[in-house]
Amino acid sequence: MQNQNTKRTVVKSVFAVVAMFGFGFALVPLYDVFCDITGLNGKTSGPYSEAKAQAQERDESRQVRVQFITQNNESMPWEFKPVDYQVEVHPGEIIEVDFYARNPTSNPMVAQAVPSLSPSEGTDYFHKTECFCFTRQLLKAGEEVLMPLRFVVDEALPDHLGTLTLSYTLFDQTETLDPEELEETTTQAAL
Amino acid sequence: MRSRLVKALSLLLSAIYAADVSAEYGLNMPRGVTDISHSVYDLHMTIFWICVAIGVVVFGVMFYSIFKHRKSKGAVASNFHENTTIEIIWTIVPVIILVVMAIPATKTLVEMYDTSDADVDIKITGYQWKWRYEYLGSGVDFFSNMSTPKEEIYNAQEKNENYLLEVDNELVVPVGKKIRFLITANDVIHSWWIPDFAVKKDAIPGFINESWTRINEPGVYRGQCTELCGKDHGFMPVVVRVVEQSEYDDWLAQKQEEAKAAAELAKLTFTLEEQMERGEKVYATNCAACHQPNGQGIPPAFPSLVGTEIATKLLDKHIEVVVDGVAGSAMQAYGGQLSEVDIAAVITYERNAWGNDTGDNVSAKDIVDYKNK
Amino acid sequence: MSAVIDNPSHDDHEHHGPTKGIARWLFTTNHKDIGSMYLWFSFAMFLVGGCMALTIRAELFQPGLQLVEPEFFNQMTTMHGLIMVFGAVMPAFVGLANWMIPMMVGAPDMALPRMNNWSFWILPFAFGLLLSTLFMEGGAPNFGWTFYAPLSTTYAPDTVTYFIFGVHMMGISSIMGAINVIATILNMRAPGMTLMKMPLFVWTWLITAFLLIAVMPVLAGVVTMMLMDVHFGTSFFDAAGGGDPVLFQHIFWFFGHPEVYIMILPAFGVVSQIIPTFSRKPLFGYHSMVYAVASIAILSFIVWAHHMFTVGMPLAGELFFMYATMLIAVPTGVKVFNWITTMFRGSLTFEAPMLFSVAFVVLFTIGGFSGLMLAIAPSDFQYHDTYFVVAHFHYVLVPGAIFGIFAAVYYWLPKWCGRMYSEPLAKAHFWLSFIGMNLAFFPMHFLGLAGMPRRIPDYALQFADFNSISSVGAFIFGATQLLFLYLVIKAIRSGEPATDQVWEGAEGLEWTVSSPAPYHTFSTPPEVK
Repeated sequence: MQNQNTKRTVVKSVFAVVAMFGFGFALVPLYDVFCDITGLNGKTSGPYSEAKAQAQERDESRQVRVQFITQNNESMPWEFKPVDYQVEVHPGEIIEVDFYARNPTSNPMVAQAVPSLSPSEGTDYFHKTECFCFTRQLLKAGEEVLMPLRFVVDEALPDHLGTLTLSYTLFDQTETLDPEELEETTTQAAL
Repeated sequence: MRSRLVKALSLLLSAIYAADVSAEYGLNMPRGVTDISHSVYDLHMTIFWICVAIGVVVFGVMFYSIFKHRKSKGAVASNFHENTTIEIIWTIVPVIILVVMAIPATKTLVEMYDTSDADVDIKITGYQWKWRYEYLGSGVDFFSNMSTPKEEIYNAQEKNENYLLEVDNELVVPVGKKIRFLITANDVIHSWWIPDFAVKKDAIPGFINESWTRINEPGVYRGQCTELCGKDHGFMPVVVRVVEQSEYDDWLAQKQEEAKAAAELAKLTFTLEEQMERGEKVYATNCAACHQPNGQGIPPAFPSLVGTEIATKLLDKHIEVVVDGVAGSAMQAYGGQLSEVDIAAVITYERNAWGNDTGDNVSAKDIVDYKNK
Repeated sequence: MSAVIDNPSHDDHEHHGPTKGIARWLFTTNHKDIGSMYLWFSFAMFLVGGCMALTIRAELFQPGLQLVEPEFFNQMTTMHGLIMVFGAVMPAFVGLANWMIPMMVGAPDMALPRMNNWSFWILPFAFGLLLSTLFMEGGAPNFGWTFYAPLSTTYAPDTVTYFIFGVHMMGISSIMGAINVIATILNMRAPGMTLMKMPLFVWTWLITAFLLIAVMPVLAGVVTMMLMDVHFGTSFFDAAGGGDPVLFQHIFWFFGHPEVYIMILPAFGVVSQIIPTFSRKPLFGYHSMVYAVASIAILSFIVWAHHMFTVGMPLAGELFFMYATMLIAVPTGVKVFNWITTMFRGSLTFEAPMLFSVAFVVLFTIGGFSGLMLAIAPSDFQYHDTYFVVAHFHYVLVPGAIFGIFAAVYYWLPKWCGRMYSEPLAKAHFWLSFIGMNLAFFPMHFLGLAGMPRRIPDYALQFADFNSISSVGAFIFGATQLLFLYLVIKAIRSGEPATDQVWEGAEGLEWTVSSPAPYHTFSTPPEVK
């Protein structure tokens, strides 16, 4: 009888162990959801619908300063910078700015720009309808490009947020693509 | 048992002593030079004294028992083992004390998070193992390396008073202005800290953090990287020079001039001797940490530069490695970190030092050409 | 209800003593043998990790680099942390659990004797693997025992894979140990031994075992994610692929904070056994002690981000974790007050176990105070990742966990081997440890407050004096442990015979069996009134 009880305890414990192992992995999506809700870590969300952006009411009474900063991760050799480092916008106003990128090397390269917004509290109020960070960018040897970012600052932005700083870090992703895929992306990028 | 009491008391006294003579002996947190650092210091001291007070009461009772209720003194054990009233009291009282502590703490924290309306924006990027400072919108952008010579670290020379806390290019900021720091990293996580400002923020690759300060007194303030970031974590100090606004304006203008001058310099050519001299300095600051002063490196992580293919034959490859770095290794892309003149000099140095003797003299123009290729 | 499990290998031993030679230790399923092996193993690891600590302290004795290069220094700090946490403290408590829990609840053995054998024998392999990295190309792990990504993924030495497997193995060992403890406590208690009659050591271990089951799999998860990031191209912690290095810290500390309680709760239990014995008075507030331990364990799951106040969390997050952390002071305070009230109006004597326990209460409380200071987020910005933190966690771990283990060994050694240790030698061990430990770690508070970051191989000149003092203290503490080894061996080989009750005020089932405890105890369950 005691043996039975022991068995039951062991089964329950093993079940708990497996569940907690799973929970460790579940923390990954949970964390993203949590970040989405709270704006923790300033990870800005994916594309915002153009229609919703259009529907925002422009608030002429306030101006918000939006700054852009860029950096390359590790040994990423591209030249990468905003054309204008800051713009003054009204909440609800749709704005388009450009970023300049150039691949100075003699090989085609693929890059991923990772956005991060500070203060993180502003993350929920910064909507990108179009961004080069939604996809990976491929540049042929020596190629240069102007990449657009279209965004709207939400009309509901709290008053105390006067400055939003959007940072892009450019990561070299050339190695993660196999040559065929590289070929494919090249054709796409040429469009 | 007497010696235990003496020991405990002396510990307690030394802690109290620490509070009083803080600045002179480096026993306590510096009070700092910003309003925030003052609040933090006051908070620290308040909590410290609360802890001391609790400690005196709790240990007082304990040592009273230790002396009075010894079996050797004929103490007879009583048998009580429960008292709901007292147990409730010593649960509630700490809660009240904690609430008292939490109020000023919350207030200070809210102030620290108010980064609005800054006068100067500075982007700080952590690299293995140096800091990069960019003054947003002004075009001023430079690296700050530790300048303590190897000889001091390896005890071949007497250590100077700012040993390990000195840099080649200090961060210069105006006094009395709200300065906002935007902090990120290039490779691993670093952390930027100046104790006198009570500013410490992690620099995380791919993410941006912000913090701010308003410094009340001009001076030079020193701190260090506080997040383990690899081999030379202990050798990436932070030095900030705080100056009057007018001096700051002059400094900024001068930095902008220098940036232009460096671009001009790139058009000139130098003799091999001049290149070697310049290159040796650049090498000592940027390369020697990994590739070692004798060029031997620390294989396999940091390869040797002596007599290798790249350092003696393949010039184009050599330029590529220095300018663009080597993906997936510790070798960074120096194209964005050093001027073309410095890159040319250091490559020239590497190709002629330690018996490599190629006689190659790489010019800044070669580097510009490579970058434009 | 029979307390004997239907287990063939166990039956084999039922009426014999231990088998002879090496086979006894390799194949044993006896909780006492396994407990001894755990304890010896942990002491060996304590010395290995201690040598690493002394390497660190020797390098830090003076400013400048004298003995080791920064790369090796980082390997030392990393390995010291890993070995002390996973190799010394945790196995020591598992060893104590093995020896004492069955005897304290009146069970003949652990519930799962064969698994008990496996969970021990995994450990030498896990640590062999981990230590072997020191001799490999690229060196041992050098990213700190907290192994923050991306330093431990993209930038790690190749040996990180061995490290990951090592962590997996020790994790499996701990989980098996924890399941065994739970199964034993829940199912094998003697008749009449209700949960609320269990000795506190058993209670704290039960709660510790639940913590282990809850968080060791999360640690396994996080190292598995690292493994996948390093070798299989995933991006859990790499911003480039949509991951986040800060996520690593969240998951790690979700494990890490309960982990620090895993290392301290059993010590709470030990001290709660010893103080009543040497006060000759029942433990004050038994019920509130149990509730306090349980609430500490529960709170430990919602405070993890106080290790990460500087990563740039939103204000609301900082406030939440600050308040939650401060709350832990309440149940911890209750425990300290209870211990002191137990001593109050007792009839105190100060043999070695009591000396270590009293030092535990005092010094652990000092560590608790610095913990409270660290909980205050705005001041934590100043303390974070400085020597103040190093001072704090050494104050809770050395006089906390380690002194708890010493106290337990002195307290129960006579029961284990039937012989008394030498009281004068033990007192010398205590005082030298006490002085050495305080000399080593107290100045670290000052260093941290004055601005010395942790994990640096060299420091600015203003930190020189306190660092030398600290190094001297560390060497005193380290050398003293050889005295401990000597006096334990001396006690086992030639100590005075111990009585069954051993200590005048001792109460509990373990003191009802003869000294030394026979190879098989409580084959017939005792009756607990």
